[in-house]
Amino acid sequence: MLLKNLFGCLMLALALNATAAEFEVGQKDKQFSVSHLKVKLGDTVNFVNYDPFFHNVFSLSDAKTFDLGSYPQGQGRKITFNNPGTVEVECAIHSQMKLVIEVEK
Amino acid sequence: MKTDRRVILLSLTILMAGLTCLMAGAGVTRATTAKPDPFLRPVAVPTPADNAITPARVELGKMLFFDPRLSGSQWISCASCHNPALGWSDGLPTAIGDGMKKLPRRTPTILNVAYNTIFMWDGRAASLEDQATGPIKTKAEMDQDMKILVERLSAIPGYSKLFERAYPGEGVTEKTIAKALASFERTIVSANSPFDRWHAGDQKAVDESAKRGFKLFTGKGKCDVCHEGFNFTDNGFHNIGLKTPTGMSEDVGRYAQRKVKVNKGAFKTPTLRDVTLNGPYMHNGMYQTLEEVVDHYDRGGDVKDNLDPNMEPLHLTPQEKQDLVAFLKSLTGAPILVTIPQLPR
Repeated sequence: MLLKNLFGCLMLALALNATAAEFEVGQKDKQFSVSHLKVKLGDTVNFVNYDPFFHNVFSLSDAKTFDLGSYPQGQGRKITFNNPGTVEVECAIHSQMKLVIEVEK
Repeated sequence: MKTDRRVILLSLTILMAGLTCLMAGAGVTRATTAKPDPFLRPVAVPTPADNAITPARVELGKMLFFDPRLSGSQWISCASCHNPALGWSDGLPTAIGDGMKKLPRRTPTILNVAYNTIFMWDGRAASLEDQATGPIKTKAEMDQDMKILVERLSAIPGYSKLFERAYPGEGVTEKTIAKALASFERTIVSANSPFDRWHAGDQKAVDESAKRGFKLFTGKGKCDVCHEGFNFTDNGFHNIGLKTPTGMSEDVGRYAQRKVKVNKGAFKTPTLRDVTLNGPYMHNGMYQTLEEVVDHYDRGGDVKDNLDPNMEPLHLTPQEKQDLVAFLKSLTGAPILVTIPQLPR
């Protein structure tokens, strides 16, 4: 019975993973490439820095609190959204860089 | 018939060629207007939709700016710290607040503040209107109860008239006080510096050292990574590795507003316009001269803990340092003449 349940959970996880998408958001000219993004639960966003200096990516929103740190040109860092809601994303270094991500069920 | 056709074909060819030229011309125009010159100040000062600049609003704001009755002690005005005779700052390493108490940060200039997108050293004010009443209400600064201030100003007939003229039907309120102060501050703009004249084409406006300094500023020195555009600020927050002066407490800066690691010890990039007029320099006023500032950046900062990753030693030669300072000095605009207003009694 336990094995059956575990197998069921594994299949569900695989199914969810199979449908999860990955988005790329660029950081260029001290702006995010989009100002608004809709993603589904379990989707991942890769923040890629295209500027010749460091950027940071963070959010202090209740739906997702994270800090991807600071990283240079050519690097990207990923975050997966596991809770529904509105996530306000910013660059801590450049205050004008703002992005809203809506995480839908 | 054949001739007619030839004429028509020739006419069409000329027409097409003309259109192509026009389109090409239009293309050039689009290309030049698509990306504005980053070092050219926009003609219009940005204002919020509910607070367009009018002479009446600027006049009222100017009176409020110079009026010490805005403070709890009735002794400190905005101009006490943002002194127009000292580059709209106070010439001190750090400001002096209510009760002559020394404050932890230097008074930032309000020159060109109209173009900022975030305000205060730690970015705690989102608009100029929001910033304008911040120091008035802060206990350590002007220590004023806004309710008392509104009552005080409302009781002065001259002010009632000025408020009505500037903001008809809106009354004397915290909001209209903030809007008037912001309107006046938006008129304090640096213009016609030697750099501006050189950038506009006058090759003799600056010397060769300043020209080399600009090249270093945007090249080897990487200064424009943070001090970008015509206002020489990215409105960003950076920990530039400053030591904490003896007797002063460690200041977390932007981290108090946004608890993200990179913000610890980070402060807003100040404008460099009129930088010769508003020293001492840095948020804690620890450097007296621009030479000391350039030396600091050449070292790549002193305190490496949580240092902005864009900071690194520059290996500038003595001549290059001199050139950078020469360039910074070229950012001083034409003198801003200010008449002190007669205040309503």
